[in-house]
Amino acid sequence: MKPAPFEYVAAESVEEALAALQQNNPDGKILAGGQSLLPLLNLRLTKPKLLVDLNGISGLDGIRETPEGLAIGAMTRQSKLEHSLLVRQRCPLLAEAIRYIGHVAIRHRGTIGGSLAHADPAAELPALALALDAKFAIAGRGTDRVISAEEFFLDFLTTALAPDEILRQIVFPIIRPSSGYALEEIARRHGDFAIAGVVVIVDLDDAGKIAEARVALFGLAPTPVRARQAERALVGRELDDRAMLDAAVLLEEVLEPPGDIRASSAYRKHAAAVLLSRALKRAVQVCHTRRIP
Amino acid sequence: MTAKYPIAITVNEKRYEAPAEPRMSLADFLRDQLGLTGTHLGCEQGICGSCTVLFNGETVRSCLLLAVQANGGVILTIEGLAARAEAGQPLHAIQQGFLETGGFQCGFCTPGFLMTAYELLNETSSPSEDEIRERLSGNLCRCTGYQNIVAAILWAAERLRRQASR
Repeated sequence: MKPAPFEYVAAESVEEALAALQQNNPDGKILAGGQSLLPLLNLRLTKPKLLVDLNGISGLDGIRETPEGLAIGAMTRQSKLEHSLLVRQRCPLLAEAIRYIGHVAIRHRGTIGGSLAHADPAAELPALALALDAKFAIAGRGTDRVISAEEFFLDFLTTALAPDEILRQIVFPIIRPSSGYALEEIARRHGDFAIAGVVVIVDLDDAGKIAEARVALFGLAPTPVRARQAERALVGRELDDRAMLDAAVLLEEVLEPPGDIRASSAYRKHAAAVLLSRALKRAVQVCHTRRIP
Repeated sequence: MTAKYPIAITVNEKRYEAPAEPRMSLADFLRDQLGLTGTHLGCEQGICGSCTVLFNGETVRSCLLLAVQANGGVILTIEGLAARAEAGQPLHAIQQGFLETGGFQCGFCTPGFLMTAYELLNETSSPSEDEIRERLSGNLCRCTGYQNIVAAILWAAERLRRQASR
Protein backbone atom coordinates (compact mmCIF):
# COMPACT_ATOMS: atom_id res chain seq x y z
CA MET A 1 0.00 0.00 0.00
CA LYS A 2 0.99 3.64 -0.34
CA PRO A 3 0.93 6.25 2.45
CA ALA A 4 -1.88 8.75 2.79
CA PRO A 5 -0.80 12.22 1.61
CA PHE A 6 1.26 14.35 3.97
CA GLU A 7 3.21 17.58 3.90
CA TYR A 8 6.98 17.40 4.30
CA VAL A 9 9.53 19.66 5.96
CA ALA A 10 13.26 18.97 5.62
CA ALA A 11 14.39 20.76 8.77
CA GLU A 12 17.90 22.20 8.82
CA SER A 13 18.03 22.87 12.54
CA VAL A 14 16.44 21.52 15.70
CA GLU A 15 14.79 24.93 16.17
CA GLU A 16 13.22 24.76 12.72
CA ALA A 17 11.98 21.23 13.36
CA LEU A 18 10.53 22.23 16.74
CA ALA A 19 8.77 25.23 15.19
CA ALA A 20 7.19 23.02 12.52
CA LEU A 21 6.04 20.53 15.15
CA GLN A 22 4.65 23.28 17.38
CA GLN A 23 2.70 24.88 14.52
CA ASN A 24 1.16 21.53 13.63
CA ASN A 25 0.76 20.07 17.11
CA PRO A 26 -0.33 17.27 17.38
CA ASP A 27 -0.56 16.35 13.67
CA GLY A 28 3.16 16.36 12.92
CA LYS A 29 5.43 13.35 13.10
CA ILE A 30 9.21 13.18 13.25
CA LEU A 31 10.99 11.27 10.49
CA ALA A 32 14.34 9.90 11.66
CA GLY A 33 15.63 6.71 9.99
CA GLY A 34 12.12 5.82 8.85
CA GLN A 35 12.59 2.09 9.27
CA SER A 36 9.58 1.79 11.59
CA LEU A 37 7.63 4.89 10.53
CA LEU A 38 7.64 4.18 6.79
CA PRO A 39 6.10 0.70 7.17
CA LEU A 40 3.43 2.22 9.42
CA LEU A 41 2.76 4.93 6.82
CA ASN A 42 2.71 2.43 3.95
CA LEU A 43 0.21 0.28 5.85
CA ARG A 44 -1.78 3.44 6.70
CA LEU A 45 -1.64 2.54 10.37
CA THR A 46 -0.67 6.16 10.92
CA LYS A 47 -1.69 9.19 8.85
CA PRO A 48 0.19 12.27 10.03
CA LYS A 49 -0.52 15.54 8.22
CA LEU A 50 3.13 16.55 8.34
CA LEU A 51 6.48 14.77 8.42
CA VAL A 52 9.38 16.71 9.88
CA ASP A 53 12.57 15.14 8.53
CA LEU A 54 15.57 15.37 10.86
CA ASN A 55 18.04 13.84 8.40
CA GLY A 56 19.30 17.20 7.14
CA ILE A 57 20.16 18.59 10.58
CA SER A 58 23.89 18.63 11.21
CA GLY A 59 25.12 17.92 14.72
CA LEU A 60 22.34 15.51 15.66
CA ASP A 61 24.57 12.48 15.15
CA GLY A 62 27.89 11.40 16.57
CA ILE A 63 29.38 9.51 19.50
CA ARG A 64 31.38 11.32 22.18
CA GLU A 65 32.91 10.10 25.43
CA THR A 66 31.89 12.20 28.42
CA PRO A 67 32.33 11.73 32.19
CA GLU A 68 28.73 10.44 32.33
CA GLY A 69 29.22 7.91 29.53
CA LEU A 70 28.85 7.78 25.78
CA ALA A 71 26.85 10.76 24.54
CA ILE A 72 25.17 9.59 21.36
CA GLY A 73 23.31 11.93 19.02
CA ALA A 74 19.77 10.76 18.37
CA MET A 75 20.30 10.60 14.59
CA THR A 76 23.35 8.33 14.86
CA ARG A 77 22.77 5.40 12.50
CA GLN A 78 22.64 1.95 14.02
CA SER A 79 25.36 0.72 11.65
CA LYS A 80 27.68 3.49 12.87
CA LEU A 81 27.22 2.27 16.45
CA GLU A 82 27.68 -1.34 15.40
CA HIS A 83 31.11 -0.59 13.93
CA SER A 84 32.26 2.16 16.32
CA LEU A 85 35.48 1.29 18.14
CA LEU A 86 34.51 3.63 20.98
CA VAL A 87 31.19 1.81 21.45
CA ARG A 88 32.92 -1.58 21.38
CA GLN A 89 35.41 -0.47 24.00
CA ARG A 90 33.15 1.46 26.35
CA CYS A 91 29.74 -0.10 25.88
CA PRO A 92 30.26 -3.42 24.06
CA LEU A 93 26.75 -4.62 24.83
CA LEU A 94 25.38 -1.74 22.75
CA ALA A 95 27.31 -2.92 19.68
CA GLU A 96 26.13 -6.47 20.38
CA ALA A 97 22.48 -5.40 20.74
CA ILE A 98 22.57 -3.47 17.45
CA ARG A 99 23.36 -6.65 15.54
CA TYR A 100 19.96 -8.06 16.54
CA ILE A 101 18.16 -5.14 14.86
CA GLY A 102 16.71 -6.00 11.46
CA HIS A 103 19.34 -6.45 8.77
CA VAL A 104 22.29 -4.53 7.36
CA ALA A 105 20.17 -2.41 4.98
CA ILE A 106 17.82 -1.51 7.86
CA ARG A 107 20.71 -0.59 10.18
CA HIS A 108 22.23 1.70 7.52
CA ARG A 109 19.17 3.96 7.86
CA GLY A 110 17.81 3.17 11.34
CA THR A 111 18.84 5.55 14.12
CA ILE A 112 19.29 5.03 17.84
CA GLY A 113 16.95 7.91 18.66
CA GLY A 114 14.30 6.54 16.31
CA SER A 115 14.44 3.10 17.93
CA LEU A 116 14.12 4.55 21.41
CA ALA A 117 11.38 7.05 20.56
CA HIS A 118 9.39 4.39 18.69
CA ALA A 119 9.55 2.32 21.90
CA ASP A 120 8.57 -1.03 20.48
CA PRO A 121 8.31 -3.29 23.54
CA ALA A 122 10.05 -6.13 21.67
CA ALA A 123 13.03 -3.98 20.65
CA GLU A 124 16.51 -4.42 22.12
CA LEU A 125 17.69 -0.82 22.53
CA PRO A 126 14.95 0.34 24.95
CA ALA A 127 15.72 -2.61 27.25
CA LEU A 128 19.43 -1.87 27.08
CA ALA A 129 18.79 1.81 27.87
CA LEU A 130 16.77 0.71 30.88
CA ALA A 131 19.39 -1.76 32.12
CA LEU A 132 22.15 0.82 31.81
CA ASP A 133 19.99 3.66 33.17
CA ALA A 134 20.64 5.80 30.10
CA LYS A 135 19.73 9.49 30.19
CA PHE A 136 17.57 11.10 27.50
CA ALA A 137 18.13 14.76 26.52
CA ILE A 138 14.94 16.19 25.04
CA ALA A 139 14.64 19.45 23.10
CA GLY A 140 11.39 21.39 23.34
CA ARG A 141 10.38 24.83 24.51
CA GLY A 142 13.23 26.46 26.42
CA THR A 143 16.24 24.49 27.54
CA ASP A 144 16.58 20.74 27.06
CA ARG A 145 15.15 18.52 29.77
CA VAL A 146 16.94 15.34 30.78
CA ILE A 147 15.07 12.26 31.99
CA SER A 148 16.05 8.70 32.82
CA ALA A 149 15.15 5.62 30.80
CA GLU A 150 12.77 4.63 33.59
CA GLU A 151 10.84 7.88 33.08
CA PHE A 152 11.04 7.75 29.27
CA PHE A 153 9.16 4.53 28.47
CA LEU A 154 5.54 4.92 29.52
CA ASP A 155 3.46 2.35 27.66
CA PHE A 156 3.12 0.40 24.40
CA LEU A 157 4.81 2.57 21.70
CA THR A 158 4.42 5.50 24.10
CA THR A 159 7.16 7.63 25.62
CA ALA A 160 7.43 10.80 27.68
CA LEU A 161 8.15 12.76 24.48
CA ALA A 162 5.46 15.36 23.79
CA PRO A 163 4.32 15.68 20.14
CA ASP A 164 6.30 18.92 19.87
CA GLU A 165 9.52 17.67 21.44
CA ILE A 166 12.58 16.06 19.85
CA LEU A 167 14.93 13.52 21.37
CA ARG A 168 18.33 15.15 20.91
CA GLN A 169 20.85 12.90 22.62
CA ILE A 170 21.10 9.78 24.75
CA VAL A 171 23.87 9.18 27.27
CA PHE A 172 24.69 5.51 27.80
CA PRO A 173 26.81 4.97 30.92
CA ILE A 174 29.88 2.92 30.07
CA ILE A 175 30.09 -0.73 31.05
CA ARG A 176 32.96 -1.01 33.53
CA PRO A 177 35.86 -3.15 32.32
CA SER A 178 35.23 -5.54 35.24
CA SER A 179 31.53 -6.03 34.46
CA GLY A 180 29.98 -8.96 32.64
CA TYR A 181 27.10 -8.55 30.24
CA ALA A 182 24.86 -10.53 27.91
CA LEU A 183 21.81 -10.19 25.73
CA GLU A 184 19.71 -13.27 24.99
CA GLU A 185 16.55 -13.40 22.92
CA ILE A 186 14.24 -15.75 21.12
CA ALA A 187 13.02 -14.73 17.66
CA ARG A 188 11.59 -16.80 14.82
CA ARG A 189 14.39 -15.64 12.54
CA HIS A 190 17.44 -13.47 13.07
CA GLY A 191 16.40 -9.84 12.64
CA ASP A 192 12.77 -10.42 13.58
CA PHE A 193 11.35 -8.71 16.63
CA ALA A 194 12.00 -10.79 19.71
CA ILE A 195 9.32 -13.01 21.19
CA ALA A 196 11.14 -12.54 24.49
CA GLY A 197 14.51 -11.16 25.48
CA VAL A 198 16.73 -10.44 28.47
CA VAL A 199 19.58 -8.00 29.04
CA VAL A 200 21.92 -8.71 31.98
CA ILE A 201 24.84 -6.75 33.43
CA VAL A 202 26.65 -8.18 36.46
CA ASP A 203 29.54 -7.35 38.73
CA LEU A 204 31.28 -9.96 40.85
CA ASP A 205 33.03 -9.38 44.17
CA ASP A 206 36.49 -10.75 44.98
CA ALA A 207 34.99 -14.01 46.19
CA GLY A 208 33.21 -14.47 42.85
CA LYS A 209 29.79 -13.69 44.28
CA ILE A 210 27.37 -11.34 42.56
CA ALA A 211 27.91 -7.81 43.85
CA GLU A 212 25.44 -6.14 41.51
CA ALA A 213 23.01 -7.44 38.92
CA ARG A 214 20.91 -5.48 36.48
CA VAL A 215 18.23 -7.31 34.52
CA ALA A 216 15.96 -5.77 31.88
CA LEU A 217 13.35 -7.67 29.90
CA PHE A 218 11.84 -7.01 26.49
CA GLY A 219 8.96 -8.49 24.53
CA LEU A 220 7.30 -9.40 27.80
CA ALA A 221 5.26 -6.31 28.73
CA PRO A 222 3.97 -3.10 27.09
CA THR A 223 7.33 -1.47 27.89
CA PRO A 224 10.77 -2.83 28.65
CA VAL A 225 10.92 -3.66 32.36
CA ARG A 226 13.60 -3.93 35.03
CA ALA A 227 13.33 -7.16 37.05
CA ARG A 228 14.32 -5.57 40.35
CA GLN A 229 13.19 -8.39 42.61
CA ALA A 230 15.23 -10.88 40.62
CA GLU A 231 18.20 -8.49 40.73
CA ARG A 232 17.99 -8.27 44.53
CA ALA A 233 17.65 -12.04 44.89
CA LEU A 234 20.96 -12.54 43.08
CA VAL A 235 23.11 -10.14 45.09
CA GLY A 236 25.57 -11.74 47.50
CA ARG A 237 25.25 -15.18 45.95
CA GLU A 238 27.26 -17.38 43.70
CA LEU A 239 25.56 -18.00 40.37
CA ASP A 240 24.54 -21.63 40.91
CA ASP A 241 21.39 -23.43 39.77
CA ARG A 242 19.60 -22.50 42.97
CA ALA A 243 20.28 -18.78 42.53
CA MET A 244 19.15 -18.86 38.90
CA LEU A 245 15.98 -20.73 39.83
CA ASP A 246 15.16 -18.24 42.61
CA ALA A 247 15.63 -15.33 40.22
CA ALA A 248 13.56 -17.04 37.52
CA VAL A 249 10.67 -17.69 39.94
CA LEU A 250 10.64 -14.01 40.88
CA LEU A 251 10.46 -13.13 37.17
CA GLU A 252 7.48 -15.37 36.62
CA GLU A 253 5.70 -13.85 39.59
CA VAL A 254 5.88 -10.30 38.26
CA LEU A 255 5.34 -11.03 34.57
CA GLU A 256 1.99 -11.09 32.79
CA PRO A 257 3.29 -11.28 29.23
CA PRO A 258 0.91 -10.81 26.29
CA GLY A 259 -0.06 -13.73 24.10
CA ASP A 260 -0.23 -13.19 20.34
CA ILE A 261 0.22 -14.93 16.99
CA ARG A 262 3.91 -15.54 17.70
CA ALA A 263 3.75 -16.98 21.19
CA SER A 264 1.34 -17.59 24.05
CA SER A 265 1.65 -15.81 27.36
CA ALA A 266 2.72 -19.04 29.09
CA TYR A 267 5.41 -19.66 26.48
CA ARG A 268 6.78 -16.14 26.90
CA LYS A 269 6.86 -16.57 30.68
CA HIS A 270 8.78 -19.81 30.38
CA ALA A 271 11.12 -18.31 27.77
CA ALA A 272 11.89 -15.37 30.05
CA ALA A 273 13.10 -17.71 32.80
CA VAL A 274 15.22 -19.77 30.40
CA LEU A 275 16.71 -16.66 28.78
CA LEU A 276 17.49 -15.16 32.18
CA SER A 277 19.51 -18.25 33.15
CA ARG A 278 21.37 -18.24 29.83
CA ALA A 279 22.11 -14.53 30.04
CA LEU A 280 23.29 -14.74 33.65
CA LYS A 281 25.62 -17.63 32.88
CA ARG A 282 27.08 -15.88 29.87
CA ALA A 283 27.42 -12.55 31.72
CA VAL A 284 29.34 -14.22 34.57
CA GLN A 285 31.57 -15.94 32.00
CA VAL A 286 32.23 -12.61 30.33
CA CYS A 287 33.09 -11.20 33.76
CA HIS A 288 35.71 -13.88 34.29
CA THR A 289 37.15 -13.44 30.78
CA ARG A 290 37.42 -9.67 31.13
CA ARG A 291 39.12 -10.01 34.52
CA ILE A 292 42.03 -11.96 33.07
CA PRO A 293 44.72 -9.30 32.68
CA MET B 1 -2.74 15.57 -3.50
CA THR B 2 0.05 17.53 -1.97
CA ALA B 3 2.50 19.73 -3.83
CA LYS B 4 5.16 17.97 -5.87
CA TYR B 5 8.84 18.54 -5.22
CA PRO B 6 11.49 18.60 -7.93
CA ILE B 7 13.87 15.68 -7.36
CA ALA B 8 17.33 15.51 -8.90
CA ILE B 9 19.23 12.29 -8.39
CA THR B 10 22.03 10.34 -9.98
CA VAL B 11 21.08 6.78 -10.80
CA ASN B 12 23.63 4.42 -12.30
CA GLU B 13 25.86 7.37 -13.08
CA LYS B 14 23.15 9.19 -15.02
CA ARG B 15 21.46 12.33 -13.74
CA TYR B 16 17.66 12.40 -13.61
CA GLU B 17 15.17 15.11 -12.71
CA ALA B 18 11.49 14.46 -12.06
CA PRO B 19 8.81 15.60 -9.61
CA ALA B 20 7.54 13.58 -6.64
CA GLU B 21 4.89 14.02 -3.98
CA PRO B 22 6.34 13.77 -0.46
CA ARG B 23 4.65 10.40 0.07
CA MET B 24 6.31 8.79 -2.95
CA SER B 25 8.93 6.20 -2.02
CA LEU B 26 12.28 6.06 -3.77
CA ALA B 27 11.19 2.67 -5.16
CA ASP B 28 8.09 4.13 -6.80
CA PHE B 29 10.10 7.10 -8.03
CA LEU B 30 12.63 4.83 -9.73
CA ARG B 31 9.94 2.66 -11.27
CA ASP B 32 7.16 5.09 -12.15
CA GLN B 33 8.95 8.41 -12.72
CA LEU B 34 12.23 7.16 -14.16
CA GLY B 35 11.04 3.93 -15.77
CA LEU B 36 13.72 1.90 -14.00
CA THR B 37 11.55 -1.12 -13.24
CA GLY B 38 14.42 -3.46 -12.41
CA THR B 39 13.96 -2.57 -8.75
CA HIS B 40 11.07 -4.71 -7.55
CA LEU B 41 8.55 -3.84 -4.86
CA GLY B 42 7.41 -6.80 -2.82
CA CYS B 43 6.03 -6.08 0.61
CA GLU B 44 6.39 -2.28 0.85
CA GLN B 45 7.08 -2.64 4.56
CA GLY B 46 10.77 -3.41 4.72
CA ILE B 47 10.47 -7.15 5.21
CA CYS B 48 11.26 -8.78 1.87
CA GLY B 49 14.33 -6.90 0.64
CA SER B 50 13.33 -7.04 -3.06
CA CYS B 51 13.62 -3.25 -3.44
CA THR B 52 17.17 -3.05 -2.04
CA VAL B 53 19.34 -0.45 -3.83
CA LEU B 54 22.57 1.31 -2.94
CA PHE B 55 21.97 4.87 -1.73
CA ASN B 56 25.13 6.94 -1.33
CA GLY B 57 27.09 3.69 -1.29
CA GLU B 58 25.03 1.75 1.27
CA THR B 59 22.24 -0.77 0.81
CA VAL B 60 18.82 0.58 1.75
CA ARG B 61 15.24 -0.52 1.33
CA SER B 62 13.97 1.83 -1.37
CA CYS B 63 10.40 1.30 -0.09
CA LEU B 64 11.47 2.80 3.26
CA LEU B 65 13.11 5.92 1.88
CA LEU B 66 11.08 8.80 0.45
CA ALA B 67 12.05 10.16 -2.94
CA VAL B 68 12.29 13.64 -1.38
CA GLN B 69 14.86 12.25 1.07
CA ALA B 70 16.92 10.81 -1.77
CA ASN B 71 17.08 14.21 -3.49
CA GLY B 72 20.68 14.97 -4.45
CA GLY B 73 21.75 11.40 -3.73
CA VAL B 74 23.66 8.82 -5.72
CA ILE B 75 21.91 5.54 -6.40
CA LEU B 76 22.95 2.22 -7.85
CA THR B 77 20.22 -0.14 -9.01
CA ILE B 78 20.22 -3.52 -10.69
CA GLU B 79 20.24 -1.76 -14.07
CA GLY B 80 23.66 -0.30 -13.24
CA LEU B 81 25.32 -3.52 -12.15
CA ALA B 82 26.39 -4.87 -15.55
CA ALA B 83 28.17 -1.58 -16.29
CA ARG B 84 30.41 -2.43 -13.34
CA ALA B 85 31.39 -5.78 -14.80
CA GLU B 86 35.04 -6.49 -15.41
CA ALA B 87 36.32 -5.53 -18.86
CA GLY B 88 35.01 -7.72 -21.64
CA GLN B 89 32.25 -9.31 -19.55
CA PRO B 90 28.61 -8.61 -20.39
CA LEU B 91 27.45 -9.24 -16.82
CA HIS B 92 28.81 -8.52 -13.36
CA ALA B 93 30.34 -11.58 -11.68
CA ILE B 94 27.42 -11.70 -9.24
CA GLN B 95 24.90 -11.78 -12.09
CA GLN B 96 26.94 -14.43 -13.86
CA GLY B 97 27.09 -16.42 -10.62
CA PHE B 98 23.29 -16.48 -10.36
CA LEU B 99 23.15 -17.77 -13.95
CA GLU B 100 25.83 -20.40 -13.41
CA THR B 101 24.34 -21.89 -10.25
CA GLY B 102 20.63 -21.39 -10.85
CA GLY B 103 20.38 -18.75 -8.17
CA PHE B 104 16.92 -17.66 -9.27
CA GLN B 105 13.68 -19.16 -10.44
CA CYS B 106 10.87 -16.61 -10.78
CA GLY B 107 13.38 -13.79 -10.42
CA PHE B 108 11.19 -11.42 -8.42
CA CYS B 109 13.50 -11.18 -5.41
CA THR B 110 16.70 -11.37 -7.46
CA PRO B 111 17.47 -7.63 -7.85
CA GLY B 112 17.46 -7.24 -4.07
CA PHE B 113 19.72 -10.25 -3.60
CA LEU B 114 22.15 -8.97 -6.22
CA MET B 115 22.43 -5.53 -4.63
CA THR B 116 22.86 -7.04 -1.16
CA ALA B 117 25.53 -9.42 -2.43
CA TYR B 118 27.25 -6.56 -4.32
CA GLU B 119 27.72 -4.66 -1.07
CA LEU B 120 28.95 -7.76 0.76
CA LEU B 121 31.55 -8.57 -1.90
CA ASN B 122 32.74 -4.96 -1.91
CA GLU B 123 33.40 -5.28 1.82
CA THR B 124 34.96 -8.71 1.88
CA SER B 125 36.50 -10.75 -0.92
CA SER B 126 36.24 -14.14 0.81
CA PRO B 127 32.99 -14.30 2.75
CA SER B 128 32.23 -17.58 4.50
CA GLU B 129 28.96 -19.36 3.83
CA ASP B 130 27.77 -18.24 7.30
CA GLU B 131 28.61 -14.62 6.54
CA ILE B 132 26.72 -14.84 3.26
CA ARG B 133 23.66 -16.35 4.94
CA GLU B 134 23.75 -13.75 7.69
CA ARG B 135 23.95 -10.93 5.14
CA LEU B 136 21.14 -12.40 3.04
CA SER B 137 18.86 -12.81 6.05
CA GLY B 138 17.07 -9.58 5.13
CA ASN B 139 16.13 -10.83 1.65
CA LEU B 140 13.33 -13.32 1.15
CA CYS B 141 13.11 -15.82 -1.70
CA ARG B 142 10.10 -18.11 -2.02
CA CYS B 143 11.46 -20.29 -4.84
CA THR B 144 15.04 -21.38 -4.45
CA GLY B 145 15.46 -22.47 -0.86
CA TYR B 146 18.51 -20.15 -0.81
CA GLN B 147 21.05 -22.92 -1.44
CA ASN B 148 21.79 -21.85 -5.00
CA ILE B 149 21.80 -18.18 -4.07
CA VAL B 150 24.56 -18.84 -1.55
CA ALA B 151 26.37 -20.91 -4.18
CA ALA B 152 26.04 -18.03 -6.67
CA ILE B 153 27.69 -15.60 -4.30
CA LEU B 154 30.49 -18.04 -3.50
CA TRP B 155 30.99 -18.47 -7.25
CA ALA B 156 31.09 -14.71 -7.80
CA ALA B 157 33.49 -14.18 -4.89
CA GLU B 158 35.90 -16.71 -6.34
CA ARG B 159 35.71 -15.18 -9.81
CA LEU B 160 36.32 -11.70 -8.44
CA ARG B 161 39.30 -12.97 -6.44
CA ARG B 162 40.78 -14.61 -9.52
CA GLN B 163 40.38 -11.41 -11.50
CA ALA B 164 41.94 -9.35 -8.76
CA SER B 165 44.98 -11.62 -8.63
CA ARG B 166 45.64 -11.36 -12.35
